[in-house]
Parts: sequence; structure tokens; C-alpha cells
Amino acid sequence: MPSLNRRAIGAFALIGAIVMALLAGFGWAAGWLGGRRISGGDITTALEANGGGARPGYRRAHAKGLCFTGDFAATGAGSVLTSAGALRAGTIPVLGRFSLGGGNPLANDGRNVFHSMALLLKTLDGQEWRMALDHTPIFPVADVPSFIALQRATTPDPRTGKPDPAVLQPFLAAHPEVKAFQVYMAKAVLPNSFANATYYSINAFRLTDAGGTTRFVRWQFVPEAPLAGLDKQHLDQLPRDALFQEMIARTAKGPSRWHLLLIEANPGDVTDKATVAWQGPHRTIDAGTLTIRATQPEETGSCRDFNFDPTILPEGIALSDDPLLAARSKGYSSSFTRRAAEGPHPSAVGEDLAKGVQQ
Amino acid sequence: MTRASPDFHPALRVLHWLMAALVLAMLFIGVFMVSTSGPAYVALLDLHRPIGIAILVLVLLRLPLRLATGAPALPADLAPLQKRIAWGSHVLLYAALFALPLVGWGMLSAGGYPVRLGGGFVLPPILPHDLALYALLRAAHTAIALALFALILLHLAAGLMHGLVRRDGVLRSMTTGHRQAHTPPIADDDNPGETATLPA
Repeated sequence: MPSLNRRAIGAFALIGAIVMALLAGFGWAAGWLGGRRISGGDITTALEANGGGARPGYRRAHAKGLCFTGDFAATGAGSVLTSAGALRAGTIPVLGRFSLGGGNPLANDGRNVFHSMALLLKTLDGQEWRMALDHTPIFPVADVPSFIALQRATTPDPRTGKPDPAVLQPFLAAHPEVKAFQVYMAKAVLPNSFANATYYSINAFRLTDAGGTTRFVRWQFVPEAPLAGLDKQHLDQLPRDALFQEMIARTAKGPSRWHLLLIEANPGDVTDKATVAWQGPHRTIDAGTLTIRATQPEETGSCRDFNFDPTILPEGIALSDDPLLAARSKGYSSSFTRRAAEGPHPSAVGEDLAKGVQQ
Repeated sequence: MTRASPDFHPALRVLHWLMAALVLAMLFIGVFMVSTSGPAYVALLDLHRPIGIAILVLVLLRLPLRLATGAPALPADLAPLQKRIAWGSHVLLYAALFALPLVGWGMLSAGGYPVRLGGGFVLPPILPHDLALYALLRAAHTAIALALFALILLHLAAGLMHGLVRRDGVLRSMTTGHRQAHTPPIADDDNPGETATLPA
């Protein structure tokens, strides 16, 4: 019997060790043990804190928006770079969303921030190509830790309403790439309409053609409407929803069009940092025309309940090695899950419509 | 249904161990991808969807096979309460194996996401696009996954208790099987003469 007891004790110890090892491995995988990872919640929480707290029910970034619908007519020329069905000659329906940067869904349109266009293209086989494009060709930071640091460094001080220089200056010193973006934003024309802005893919992607050749590509939607800028000195004089109302009125009169230009990377172009612009001439392909035919407030449009995750891509288009792409996907997903649980709230445009009904 | 053989059907044993590997891998992939916003997030998510659907297909094959071929009788000396716990835990394991991939698929449907399996293959939605439903299922997906991991640890510990402490042939019925098809469990690894020669 003593040998049996010893054997039983050994067996119990072995079973306990196996279970504990699995638990420890699980705890490590989940990030509860060992080195802390930056989760989607960390990104979302940093955005919320930057905006002075969470606004339940809204996107944590680009909270102020307007839905639109239209179509994309591909020329077929894009097929030399990608086998993606959306770029084969033909027309597919499109839905999307115009938005302005920041987490305040009722903020004034007169701010020197991202003007953005999100798109969802779906082909008959169910494949989707989602995009979240900004009116700047570059992004202020190149990776997730820098993005979170940027949110912290630019959080307005409650006493002054401006970022605390004691926090901002050391951050800018450590991140010269942000300075490049700030200089760009100060100099660049701030479009006076959603319809005359060029919208950029921000990140590079890998496009694979039918023959299996893969190339790095950035893309942009170039408007047919000529660019005109807002007066940056008097942005505070704009009515709160000036840009959104202008787009609604413009679209009621007729459609707006953009050309999708695919820009192939030259040898040596940076493909893993969205902070670096590509310089000089590039092989450029006009892949088709985006036509926006109707706008809808988020209450009645279909864009509000979609996450425009730029990593949702069709076959023939894949992520580059830019770490910002996974971070955008994760941050958007975390924001989406939070607002889904909170339930939707009125949009700026929808709020005015609701008032109009009451009056 | 009680099975005449002391072992599970060989096909069921293959399915059990294949699914054990896939399900454990999925639980680790799942919690890891939730924890990070690095490039591993997108790569793991692209694995998570097709493996989840593979598990759903495998459990759809496995449950009818299990019901048709039955399970060997538990040892006669096992307490009735233990037998009921064993039965209940297996019902819960099967329920979780069905629920987890279905909730995952339903959650992506309700969130308006395409359910991409790779190679351009996209599954159709199984629920309407509804964010409140998405939020509910997203929370349920985590809760069921954690419950399944706890169940698997209990199941593993119980299996090892049978194999290493009781040595009653229950573990062997799901692994290599008994050498002779109709040997009563008492005659194989419960033999005290054999145990005395084993290392403690």
C-alpha cells in the first residue's frame, strides 16, 4: 500500500502540474501574466481621454458623420495590379460615410482636422473592400505606442483648453515625424467641401495580380470638383454643420465624382510607415470612378452600423507590413464593440432633422 | 446508449483528439488576439474564423457518430453522483463546441462583418445586422470560451485521474483502446501486481 500511496501522490502532483501549466499558458496568451500588450481597449480609452471622456453610442474617432450611397465603375485598368473583383471592369454599389476627425459627434466643422471618407465596396461573391481614407497623404505617427502617446500629449488641459506644453514638447522632441504632419496640416489647403477633397489610403497595401505578382500600392480618390480651401484664420465663424450641410445640398443637386488612382511603389519607397510620403513620379493607374449620388443622416442611412475596418479586404489586396493597419483594425473594433453595447445616439445632422420635424 | 466494447469507436477517438488540438489552439489564439493590437491580431483573426468553422463541421460529424456508436460503460464502482457529473460535463462540452462557433458566426453577422474563411470564400450571414445583438453575442462569445476552457481543464483532470490514479480503463477507452475487445476494465491497468512494479 505505501507504494500505491506514493504513486497516487505522484499522479496527483502530475495532474496538478499539467492543469497549472495550461492555466499559466492561457494567462500568458491572454496578457494577464508576463509582459503587458497594448490592447484595442487601450487605444479606445486613450481616444476617449483625449476628447474629455467617452461619448456613449458614438465612434471614438471620427464621431461626426454623414452616410452616403453611390456606385463604383471600374475601368478594368486596375486588374494589371490586382485580381480583386471590385476592380474588374463593371459597376458595383457603394455605401460610405463622410466624417471629421475627433471624438465629439456635435463638434464645429471649422477645425483643422482630418476630413475623411469611408467606403464599403461589395462584389456579388460576398467579398468586401472596406476603406477609411483621410484628406492627408500621411499620418502623424507610425505605430501604436506613438499613437497612444500622441493622444495623451495632445489632451487639452482643462485649465487652458490647450495641450499642456510640459507634456507636448517632450513628446514632439521624441517624435519628429509628428512635426512633419503638423507642418503639412498648417500649410495644406483645408478643403471647403467634402466633395473637392482628395482622400488617401494612408497606409500601403500589397496588391497581387492574376499572375501572382505582388506589388506595394497606395491609393487615392481624386475629386472631379476643383479644390477650394476654407479660410483657416476664420474657422470659428463657420456654422456648426457647414461642411455636412454643404454636402447634403450639393448632392441634392447632382452627384459628385472621384477617380481611384492606384499608385505603385517605386523601389526604395517606405511601405511600413504612414508618416512618410512617397516623392516624385510613380506609375499611376486610374482604376475607376466613384460616384456619390445620395446622402443620408446616420439615423436613416446604412453606414452607422458598419465598422469601416481597412483590413477587410478582397482577395488580391492584402495588408502591407505597416503596423498601423492592425492597430487601426483593433482600435476601430474596440470602439465598435463599445458603441454597439451602448446603443446609437443622435447624429449632428440627424439631430437637426429631428428639430425640423418638431418645428 | 451504452457500448458493448470497452472503448470508444476508433473514428470518435480520432475526432476527439483532433478537436482537442483545434479547440485548445483556438482558445489560446482567441485570448491572444484580444490582448494585442500588434500585427499578430489580424493574422490570428484570419486563422480564428476558418478553424472555428472547421470545429463546427467536426462537431456536426461527431455528435451523430457518438449517439450512434455510444460510450463504454463507466466503471461499476464509480459513485452515482460522479457518473451524473461525468454525463453532465460531457453534455456541456458538446453544447459549448456547438455554441462557440455558432455564436462567433452569428456575432460577425450581427456586426455586419463578412465571415471570411480565406481564399476569397465568404460565408453568408446567419443573423440580421443588429448592433445590440452583436454586443450581446460578442460578450457571450467570451463567456462561453472561458467556460469551455474551465470545462476542458476539469475534463482533462478527470481523465488523468482515471488514467493515473484509478487506472480503471476510462482514459484508455479514448486513447489506444484495450488490447482485447471484451476484457473487463478490472483486468487491465487496475491489476495491483502490475502497479507494484511501476515507479512511484
